Amino acid sequence: MDRALFPEGLERCSFGKFVLWMGFISAFFLFGLYAMLLIFAKGIVVTGLDNYFGFGLWITFDLAVIALGAGAFFTGFLKYILKIDQLKNIINLTVIVGFICYSGAMLVLTMDIGQPIRAWFGYWHPNVHSMLTEVIFCITCYCLVLVIEFVPLILEQKQLNKIPFLHHLAHNMHVNMALFAGIGAFLSTFHQGSLGGMYGVLQGRPYAFREGFFIWPWTFFLFVLSAVGCGPIFTVLVATFMEKLTGRKLVDFKTKALMGKIAGTMLTVYIFFKILDTYAWANNYLPSVGMTFDQMFYGVIYGKWLMFTEIILCGLVPALMLITPSIRNNPTLLYTAGILDCIGVTLNRYLFTVQAIAIPVLPFDAWQTYAPNWAEWATSGMIVAYGFLVMSLSYRYLPVFPQEHSLNK
Amino acid sequence: MKAKEFKVTWGMVVDLDKCTGCGACMTACQVENNIAPMVDASNKMRTLSWMLVYELSNKKSGAEAEVAYLPRPCMQCGNPACVPVCPVIATDKNEEGGIVSQIYPRCIGCRYCMAACPYHARYFNWEDPVFPKGMEKALSPSTSTRPRGVVEKCNFCHTRFMQAKDKARQEGGNPESLPDGAYMPACAEICPTGAISFGDVKNKEHKVFELAQGKDAFRLLEKLGLNPQVYYVSKREWVRKLGDNYAATGKPGAAKKHS
Repeated sequence: MDRALFPEGLERCSFGKFVLWMGFISAFFLFGLYAMLLIFAKGIVVTGLDNYFGFGLWITFDLAVIALGAGAFFTGFLKYILKIDQLKNIINLTVIVGFICYSGAMLVLTMDIGQPIRAWFGYWHPNVHSMLTEVIFCITCYCLVLVIEFVPLILEQKQLNKIPFLHHLAHNMHVNMALFAGIGAFLSTFHQGSLGGMYGVLQGRPYAFREGFFIWPWTFFLFVLSAVGCGPIFTVLVATFMEKLTGRKLVDFKTKALMGKIAGTMLTVYIFFKILDTYAWANNYLPSVGMTFDQMFYGVIYGKWLMFTEIILCGLVPALMLITPSIRNNPTLLYTAGILDCIGVTLNRYLFTVQAIAIPVLPFDAWQTYAPNWAEWATSGMIVAYGFLVMSLSYRYLPVFPQEHSLNK
Repeated sequence: MKAKEFKVTWGMVVDLDKCTGCGACMTACQVENNIAPMVDASNKMRTLSWMLVYELSNKKSGAEAEVAYLPRPCMQCGNPACVPVCPVIATDKNEEGGIVSQIYPRCIGCRYCMAACPYHARYFNWEDPVFPKGMEKALSPSTSTRPRGVVEKCNFCHTRFMQAKDKARQEGGNPESLPDGAYMPACAEICPTGAISFGDVKNKEHKVFELAQGKDAFRLLEKLGLNPQVYYVSKREWVRKLGDNYAATGKPGAAKKHS
């Protein structure tokens, strides 16, 4: 039925099957949409957040998807600025994943703030001292860059590309893509860093506070490194997941292993500094404010196991796996390392968001616990469903994978 | 961001040995600042308590057991954690007197300031205020009510500060150098035991000047370097010790400030 819209020379599943798939995903999307409308109507009182946990699942989700979406800017930087040509096989996918992650995160943020109608105040009354101001500016600007990077791919759709103007527009946008890749790399480095800086400047929160260099706490640099240490491998995981779903080869393993090598290298640098940072924090900073490492943890829900899982099992282990060629070149081990890597970075964002504010800093205060409620889960699920919908449409109608034809002969 | 210096620094000194934990300060605060009673206040993590009284215990039993009550307003920190983080300058510390402001029509409700404040002095409006029938006639006319979705906190009854300055102008006095007692927040005024003193902690003619420098005076979490403008006084060491964390050294008197 929609065969005429498929990318040149490629097969896709039947229209009926596609509609069923989209309907299945849309059910999750619509449930989340209901929760979102409820939140806009009644306010965030319908969530599980409270005065202790002003930040919760949503902020964790935002930070995690922004880190996982870092494959877009970093791969773009390597492809267009450092000219690693092999990355052309996966660059389109990184752009779409980045676009979904960033646009989804922005949507969550509009729900998360108590006065969504005032969201534009971030531009109108910016506080130049706030890391969050920088995040607001860079994320929105970078989301626009991702739109600019996504547009030529849409214009390359078989039917659209027959229109001479759109064909030339797409071509010229491609020619100048290095410029946007450069702008994207600049914006991303700063907002990834500022997301870390947001926590590092919290001098009232000993779990998160760090000293640093000039105006940037060490968390600024750690967040940049951890994002580029997981973003590329997350794109590989998305590609592999799509291969399993569609039953078709989409990206050659050599490119995936290269992405694994890139992520592994950055993750190794990150985890080296993360361990140093954690050691210095536990032994120098915490005693200086009269607290101990043990005081930062509580029971099982906020236990030490979380930090060790983050740094060792999902940090050091995947880093070593990804920088070891024999392990990296084994598909199962590459994907295992990738999954651990992504869990580790997500866990890091969770700990800085939730654990940092769960800790009682006042000596006569008590630990509090937080669990997201259905409205937070449903809206986060809506963003995931939105990602599935965009990716499904892109895969069906756009030439996302340049190698797909040759790999499936 | 460098801490701003003010000629006048409004501060509070709470004598914890005098505080009986009666909660009159909390009530006066709610009335003065038009804080609506919640329909369901069973979830204490969502109530609005600009002034909150904590119960402290020496964790001993029998005849040795002791308690103390600690009223906690906003600390109006000299080096506030909340001000530099606000993305829209909805909270600031730039007015003579050093009170940390909160601009409700500017606040976007991101709650970053709440995450920043270790004293839990900031509160989010989870719902629009609803006053029981008839109560709206008793609202304070000089204090605005706040809508759903914005953060609020104690501002040392700032409207009283404005009124005290106006009065000084009308009477030919100097609004920039108010005499002791001319400006008094509702909590300090109502305290039945006189546990809460208020004034300019830099002005020798104000009672709080001496109280804040007494040997038994301390501030909460001084080691974090936030430089609060609220002081506490207690002759009991265990009470003073609960003002900060001493886990690493075990005793008070360790390095006071981190940065």
